Amino acid sequence: MKKIIKYVIADILRNKIVLAYTVFLLVISLSVFSIEDNTGKGLLSLLNIILIIVPLVAVIFSTIYIYNSAEFIELLVSQPLHRKRIWISLFAGLAGSLTLAFFVGAGIPVIICAPGATGFTMVGMGMLLSVIFVAIAMLAAVTTRDKAKGIGISILLWLYFSLIFDGLVVFILFQFQDYPLEKAMIVVSGLNPIDLGRILILLKMDISAMMGYTGAVFKDFFGTGIGFTIALLVMFCWMIVPTWLSLRKFNRKDL
Amino acid sequence: MIIATNVSKQFGKLKALNDVSVTCNKGECIALIGPNGSGKTTLIKSILGMVVPDNGFITFNGKNILHDWMYREFIGYMPQTGRYPENMTIGQVLDMMKDIRKQNKNRQLDEELVNAFGLDGLLSKRMRTLSGGTTQKVSAALAFLFNPDVLILDEPTAGLDPVASELLKEKIIKEKKKGKLVLITSHILSELDDLVTQIIYMQDGNLVFHKSIENLRKDTGENTLSKAIANVMMKK
Repeated sequence: MKKIIKYVIADILRNKIVLAYTVFLLVISLSVFSIEDNTGKGLLSLLNIILIIVPLVAVIFSTIYIYNSAEFIELLVSQPLHRKRIWISLFAGLAGSLTLAFFVGAGIPVIICAPGATGFTMVGMGMLLSVIFVAIAMLAAVTTRDKAKGIGISILLWLYFSLIFDGLVVFILFQFQDYPLEKAMIVVSGLNPIDLGRILILLKMDISAMMGYTGAVFKDFFGTGIGFTIALLVMFCWMIVPTWLSLRKFNRKDL
Repeated sequence: MIIATNVSKQFGKLKALNDVSVTCNKGECIALIGPNGSGKTTLIKSILGMVVPDNGFITFNGKNILHDWMYREFIGYMPQTGRYPENMTIGQVLDMMKDIRKQNKNRQLDEELVNAFGLDGLLSKRMRTLSGGTTQKVSAALAFLFNPDVLILDEPTAGLDPVASELLKEKIIKEKKKGKLVLITSHILSELDDLVTQIIYMQDGNLVFHKSIENLRKDTGENTLSKAIANVMMKK
């Protein structure tokens, strides 16, 4: 298993996109912190960039990488290797390199320029989101043989999680504004890892007061140790469930 | 050694394998023959576990292959069209395979074909720059590299030049003499004549017959394999 991860990581490093991604994150985070005197403001600007870019890069790069490794996977499947190990190794290689890229590109500048609970939460969430979107990409890539379709599904999923989902939530809130939906919103936020990440970071920033009554309810729930732990567990579910589903599909796939 | 029992596989509407049962034993050299799309490659891929059958099961040395994977250690597979990671060199592919299959140290590496095909002089060439024939050479060399008990060769000589295909044939005969099981598919029947001991004939996913070459010659009254098969096909 280690051997396959080694070959996957060597291959990812060879095509240099991940290196470019690291440099890009590094440039953005350093420039944000050098423009803003107030680190809180800097973090807030960085937050919005990260929540858009990290899932996008993770999901698209992983999907294309899986399709481009079709030959590699085919070669390995005819060897004395467990299919499960091949798939998990691919996942580990992708997730590992993208998480590392995020940590170097955005994590280290944040830790240096804005240490503290908010900064650490943000680095943690960025790394979790990288892994989650690699898992989602692998599920999209294993469902269809058609490369264009697979990449299309990935882009749509990213659009859904980063834009459409929020639109739907706002729509529902307006339609049912006569009802008390604040508690239900906690559950709904768990349905989207990006939102969950955003809420957890914002709550650490102490600007939840500006989010109105819903913000207060969120603060009540996620602000506590139990709430935070539950949120983290939900994030881990977002990692494990797509990986498990894709693994099941891959085990039965004809190559 | 390999026993397939009532194996069926369907791709969409196409029935690629229909209730196929075969038994392959040690020391045999079996030719899988049949028109294009008769399910030969699907059968081979099912044996390798690359295609999961809808029905039926396959055993290798008495063990069901469905949840086993170590049995592939005893198989050398040469695909019809070898596909390899494009930005790796021949040397890297060979090293990677050696690295992955290293666990069995008592097995000697068999680099005869690597040398015979002159691949050791091309080690730094990238897979994407190779011609179809050279890719086939890499596939063949990989199939024989680990000295496996079973060789599964899917159209081994397609795309090879006469010299290389003669080298490969000699190698197959040599391995057969060591008592290995060899499974070959090919459309060039004349070259199978002096290789095979058994014939499996398939059509539209069905196994039409499985007999020894002597029996086939006797039944059809023809001496060469190509005439015997032509005889069978005409009767259909």
